[in-house]
Amino acid sequence: MNDITFTTAQARSSYLDQLEAEAIHIMRETVAETEKPVMLYSIGKDSSVLLHLAQKAFYPGKLPFPVLHVDTTWKFREMIEFRDARARELGLDLIVHINQDGVKRGIGPFTHGSELHTDVMKTQGLRQALDLHGFDAAIGGARRDEDKSRAKERIFSFRNAHHRWDPKRQRPEPWRLFNAEKRKGESIRVFPLSNWTELDVWLYILRENIPVVPLYFAKPRPVVSRGGTLIMVDDERLPLEPGEEPQLRNVRFRTLGCYPLTGAVDSNATTLDDIIRETLDSRFSERAGRVIDKDGAASMERKKQEGYF
Amino acid sequence: MNMLVNKLADPIALARDAVLYSHENKSLLRFIACGSVDHGKSSLLGRLLFDARLVPDDQIETLRKDTGQLTGPDDELDFSLLFDGLAAEREQKITIDLAYRFFATAKRKFIVADAPGHEQYTRNMATGASTAELALILVNAQSGLTQQTRRHALIAATLGVRHLVIAINKMDIVGYAQDVFDTIERDFRSFAGRLGDVELTFIPVSAKKGDNVVHRSQAMAWYRGPTLLEKLETVDATPRAARSAFRMAVQWVSRPTADFRGYCGLIAGGSVVPGQEIVVQPSGQRTRIKEIITASGELARAGIGPSVTLTLTDDVDVSRGDILADAAAPATVADRFNARIFWMGQGALAPGGRFHIKLATAKAAARIAGPIQLIDLADDAAVKPADSLLGNEFGHCTLELDRALAADAYDDNRETGSFILIDAESHDTVAMGLIERADAQAQTVPVRTSLIGHAVLRIARLFGARESHSRSIAKALSWRFTGSFDTFVIGWLITGNSKIAGSIALTEIVTKIALYYGHERVWALVPWGRR
Repeated sequence: MNDITFTTAQARSSYLDQLEAEAIHIMRETVAETEKPVMLYSIGKDSSVLLHLAQKAFYPGKLPFPVLHVDTTWKFREMIEFRDARARELGLDLIVHINQDGVKRGIGPFTHGSELHTDVMKTQGLRQALDLHGFDAAIGGARRDEDKSRAKERIFSFRNAHHRWDPKRQRPEPWRLFNAEKRKGESIRVFPLSNWTELDVWLYILRENIPVVPLYFAKPRPVVSRGGTLIMVDDERLPLEPGEEPQLRNVRFRTLGCYPLTGAVDSNATTLDDIIRETLDSRFSERAGRVIDKDGAASMERKKQEGYF
Repeated sequence: MNMLVNKLADPIALARDAVLYSHENKSLLRFIACGSVDHGKSSLLGRLLFDARLVPDDQIETLRKDTGQLTGPDDELDFSLLFDGLAAEREQKITIDLAYRFFATAKRKFIVADAPGHEQYTRNMATGASTAELALILVNAQSGLTQQTRRHALIAATLGVRHLVIAINKMDIVGYAQDVFDTIERDFRSFAGRLGDVELTFIPVSAKKGDNVVHRSQAMAWYRGPTLLEKLETVDATPRAARSAFRMAVQWVSRPTADFRGYCGLIAGGSVVPGQEIVVQPSGQRTRIKEIITASGELARAGIGPSVTLTLTDDVDVSRGDILADAAAPATVADRFNARIFWMGQGALAPGGRFHIKLATAKAAARIAGPIQLIDLADDAAVKPADSLLGNEFGHCTLELDRALAADAYDDNRETGSFILIDAESHDTVAMGLIERADAQAQTVPVRTSLIGHAVLRIARLFGARESHSRSIAKALSWRFTGSFDTFVIGWLITGNSKIAGSIALTEIVTKIALYYGHERVWALVPWGRR
C-alpha cells in the first residue's frame, strides 16, 4: 500500500494516513516530554487501535511504556480472555489494577447503582493505579466525537493532584506544539485519537487488520431487555427478575465496558465490512447504548471533572 | 437489480457505498468556523450536518426535545444546540471554548474547529486557525460587515489560512436581496488588501432555512457560485510546505539495539528519498538518508505528512529538537528571531520578558529583546509602537534565545516557522509565535528609537500622511545630528569654548528634533509642489 501511496511526490496521503501520523506524533511527544508515561488499555476497539499505533510509533523498538487495565471485575469474560491473549502475543508489560477497597466493600452495579460503581471501581481505581505507580502521563483512546464535553478537551489534558479536570484552565494547543510542562502534582491525560470518529476507527481496523474482541461481531447471545436496553447475561451475577427469561438474540456491541452497563444492539454484522456498513447506515450515535451517560444532562462533563478518564 | 434501482433512487445510500469503497482516497480538510456571537455560526454548522444527513437519530431526538419542538418542520429546530457543549455554555447560549467537530462526506473528512466569536476568546480562534487550511467567516446580513468580522479575517490570514469563505447568513431575513449581499462583498473586498495572498469566496446563505448550505437556494437564483458544502469539498487542501524543501524535526531517537539508531519525526516539509543529502541543524553536520522506516515497510519516498523513522549513512550526533533539512535548502540557524507574537498571558508582554520557547521539537530559554510593536486588529492591522502587548493582542518583536535553533519563516513552513512561549512559573502556554525572519543579523524593526523619538512616534499616530512616520523620525534624527555637529563646530570656532559650543548643540538636539518632525509632518500634509 505504501508503495502506491508514495510513488510520486504529488501523491497525497489519505485522511487515515494523516490521522495515523498525527496519533504517532502525539505518542512520541508524550514519551519524549514526560517522565513515566503509561498507556491505558480498556480492551475496546479504540484501545486496540491505540495499541497498534503505539507499536507503529516505536517500531522496530518495543513499547517504551507499560499498559494499564483498570479492571472493575464486571467486564465481559471475553474481554479479559482477549486482553490476556494480546498481552502474551505482543509481549506487553501489562498492569492490571483492581480497586481492592471497592472489592472489600462489595461495590457492584446491581447493589450500588451504575454511578457509584463506575465512580469507585473505574474512576477511583484509575486514580489509585496512577498514584501507586507514579505515572505522570496516561495515554488513552478517548475521541472528541464521543461526547460534547470531550469535543472541547485538549489532546494533552491536565489533571490536578486530585485528578480533577478544569475545563476553564485548558492550555491553548496551536499547531502541533504540545506543552507537556506540569505544575507540581499535576498529571496529564493524552488523547492521540482525539480527531478520530467511530467510523475512522473501524476503517482503520479494517485496513490494518487489527484484532478486536469478538463481542463486536454479531452472534446469538443470551440477553434480557432492561428499560429498552439489551443487557447480556454474561455470568450468574446478573439478577433475573421473577419470570424473566434470557432470550437468545443475534446481537453485537458498539462499545464495550462493564457488561451490566453496556447495551447490545440487534445486528447481523459478522464481518468488519458489515460493521462498517452498519456504522455508515446507523441512525444512532455510539454512546446511545451506554447506561452511564444517561445519568443526567452534562453527566460526562461532571464525571470528567471528578477524574473519570 | 431491484436493489440497484433502489440505490440509484437513494443518493444517500449511494454516497455511503462510495464512502466505503473510496475511503482510502478521501482527503482531509481542517477548517475553522468563526463569527460574532449572534451571527448564527453554530446554527450554520448544525444545519450543514443536518442537511448532509450526518446527525444520528438519537441526537435529532434530543435536539427536538431541547428545542421544545417534538414535531413540526425542520426550520423550527435550533441547530445551534448540536454544537454548543459545556454546561455553562449552554446556560449562556454562547460557545466559550474551542470545540472540534468531525464529519465526512463521500469526498472528504472534515475537522472543524468551532471558534468562539467574542474578542476575549481570540486565543481560541487563533489556535483553531493555526492548523486550518480554510476559514469560514460568518457575517450577519442584517448588520453587515463589522469590526469583529474584519478581525476574524485578519487573524485567519495572519495564521496562514489561505482560503477565506465569507458566508453571509440570515439572507432570509433581508428578503434574499442581492444588493445586501453585493454591499457586504464590496465592503469586504475594500479592506481585503490587508489580508495578503488569500482566496476569497462569498456565499449568501440562510442557516435557518437551509439556503446554499447543502442544497442550492431556490430563493436566490441570482447567486451562481458554489454552495457551502460544494466549496468545502473542492477547495485545495494541500499545505504550502508540501512544495517546499524537506524538513523533519527529530522527536525521539530510537535505539532498540546497539546497532540501530533511528530518528523519529513527522515530515513537515517537502519530500525525502534514501540517498538524499541532508544537514542536521543547528549543528550543521552533513550526511545522507539511508532508509525511511515505517512499521508497514520501508518507503522509497516520503512526502509531507507521515510519521517515519529515518536512518542516516553516517554516525553523526543527532538528538531530539534537531531539524533534518534538505542540504540544498536548509533552514536558518539563529539565536535571534523577528516574530509576530500573539499574546495570551494573564499580564502584559513587555520587553525583557523571559520564557521557555518550544519551536518544532526544540526547547530553549527566550527573552523578548528590544521594543514591541502592536499590530492593531481594531485598525485593520496597522502597526503601531507599544510598550507592551495585552492579552489577545498581536505584535512584532525580536526574541533572543540562549542557544541557536533552526527555523524557517512561517510563510514558508508552518511547522518549522512557529513556536509557543511557556511561562517558566505557571507552565502555561502564554504566546503563539510566527517567525518572520530568522538570521544571525535579525534586527529590531524598525531602527531602535530614542525615548523622545518614541514619544514623538506616538503623537505622530494622530496624523496620517504619505511619508511614513518612522521615515520622518529617521529624517529628523539624521538631520539633527548632522545639523548639531555643524552648530557645535561653528560655535566652537566663534567662541573658542568647546563647553559652550557643546551645550548649545546638545540643547538644540532636543528642541529641534521635535521642531523638524512637526515641520516635516505639516509639509507632508501639503500636496502643493508634489510631482
